[in-house]
Order: sequence, then structure tokens, then C-alpha cells
Amino acid sequence: MTLDPAEVWIVIAALAVGTFLIRFSFLGLIGDRPLPPWLLRHLRYTPVAVIPALVTPLVLYPPATGGEPDLARLLAALATVVAGTATRSLFAAIFAGGSVLNLGLWLL
Amino acid sequence: MATTPAHRSGVNGPRAAFWRGARGALPFLIVMVPFGLIFGVAATEAGLDLLAAMSMSVLVIAGAAQFAALQLIVDQAPTLVVILTALAVNLRTALYSAALAPHFGAAPLSVRAFAAYLVVDLTFAASTAEYERQPAMTLREKLAFFFGSALPVVPVWYLATLAGAVFGRGIPPEYALDFAVPIAFLALVAPMLRTLAHLAAAVVSVLGALAFGWVPYSGGLLVAAFLAILAGAEVERRREAAL
Repeated sequence: MTLDPAEVWIVIAALAVGTFLIRFSFLGLIGDRPLPPWLLRHLRYTPVAVIPALVTPLVLYPPATGGEPDLARLLAALATVVAGTATRSLFAAIFAGGSVLNLGLWLL
Repeated sequence: MATTPAHRSGVNGPRAAFWRGARGALPFLIVMVPFGLIFGVAATEAGLDLLAAMSMSVLVIAGAAQFAALQLIVDQAPTLVVILTALAVNLRTALYSAALAPHFGAAPLSVRAFAAYLVVDLTFAASTAEYERQPAMTLREKLAFFFGSALPVVPVWYLATLAGAVFGRGIPPEYALDFAVPIAFLALVAPMLRTLAHLAAAVVSVLGALAFGWVPYSGGLLVAAFLAILAGAEVERRREAAL
């Protein structure tokens, strides 16, 4: 496979500018003008609204198994969520998920 | 926020906040190292040279968008499709930018620009969680916490990409490094599910991702996120109205 270096550099440059402008959008434009309460009420839910949708396909159809659901990965995801909600600790959640994943891959 | 002019309000000052942020984000190392390694390996396997792989991680710093771009370059997609898809994957950071604007808005433009560069899933999630726990934080403390939380994330992303690009091919596949990223994201979200409204948003987010997974160029992600935000805010509004 041949890769066109010029295309790669065009992509890198466009993404560098584009991703920055997306991140800067509200921080740059709004400054310290107060946002209306209804908007703040919605913005509060951005992390819990975006991240589960981002993760769902990765958990159910992991690219590493060719998109086939995989029991070890499903159990690891479950363990992460259970440990995270029970302990409220990021570290405990990552540790639980990583342990179950490696145990599961070894046993299953 | 009640402030008495004679006393400094806030929580222990910016220096303490910076280190609290850095310490709080330390567990992310177990994620950023494999994530960056995988990207470095994938980039070299796709045919990017070391300079291109590193430029991407330093200038773009958006793991998911970088992977999407790489995959499409390998698939020989048209350049414009590569760019637009990767940007769409990263559109969620516009929501993060909006959510951080009320916290950082009073900072000078250059500081906001630098903060914008560091807005990634992990720094955003760690910081907003802290601001909800500690509403008395001052602007400088909030910024310091945010910059602190970037310390175990962003430089590590560069170095891990470098290590992956240089030595990458020797990592055995049985370590399942691919799954470090989903585990990190779930570990971030799970502790946030402390109210019915947050739970509703998360459930709608998952269902939305399943229902709209067919929408091309990760459009389904944005539809799901939008519906989930509405669900969370609506549950909050109703519960407040019921009180």
C-alpha cells in the first residue's frame, strides 16, 4: 500500500486547526458572559451524555475481535461500572475493569 | 457564591489545586500509556513516518479522531471525507468547551486558548467532577486544577505515541490493550451516576448509540448525546418542580 505523504500532511494540518477551533469555540466566544440557566442545566449532562454513547459500540462490538461480542470484555465493562458506582473511585473502577479483563481473557 | 472581601474564598489556593488535579488524574496513566502506544503502532503500520505520527499526536491531541482519520487514510477514503469524519468524531469537545466556558470565561483570552488546546475527555471529566464537588473554587483554582489534570494525560500521550511509533511492534496482543480506552471511559462515567437525572442521561446515551449506530460519520454519537442531554435536563427539571 502506498501512502501519499502530501495527503497525510493536509489531513494533519486540517485536523490541527479544526480540532482547536472546535475546542476553542465556546471558551473563546462566550468569555465570562453568563449563560442562561436552562443552558447550564443542559450542559451539566454533557459528560454522561457523550461518553456512554462513545463506549457502547466499543464494548458490544470490540474492533479487536473483528466486531464479535466478547464475554471477557463485556464482563470487564460491567465490573468497571459496578466498581465505579459503588466506590465512586476512578482508580478502583479502572483496577476492577483491568483485573476482570485479564482474568477473563486468561480463563475464557 | 458568598465571598467576604477580607477573606480569600476558594479551596486552598491554585498551587494545591494544580497538584490535586495532577494527583486525581494519575490513574489515567494506565489508560494513556496503552492508548498512545497503540496509536503509535497503528500510525507506523499505516505508513506514517515518525514526524507525521508525532505531529498528529501533538497538534491534534484527539485519540478517537486520530484513530478514525488513520483508519480512513488506510481505507483510501477521499481526503475531505477523512477530515470531516475525524472532526465529527471530535465535535463532542464543542460541548465540553461550552460546559467549561462558565468556569473559565473570566480568564484572559490567551489562557482560554491554551486551556482549549488541553480540552480532552479525561481533563474535562476530571475537572467538571471536581467543580461540582467544590463549588467554592476560584477561577485560578479551577484553571490550576484543569492544567494539573492535563499533566498525566497530555505529555504522556506524546511520549506514548513516540514509544509506540519507535518500538511498538513488540507488544503481544494478549494484553488486550485495545480495551484500556473503554474501561477508562466507563470508569470516568460510573462515579458521576449519583442522581436519577445523570442515570437517565447515561441510559438514553447508550440506547441512542444503539438506535442510531447506523448513521454515517459518527453522526449517531451526536444524536445520542443530544437526546441524552435533553433527558438529563428534563429529569432534573421535573424533580425540582416536584419538590
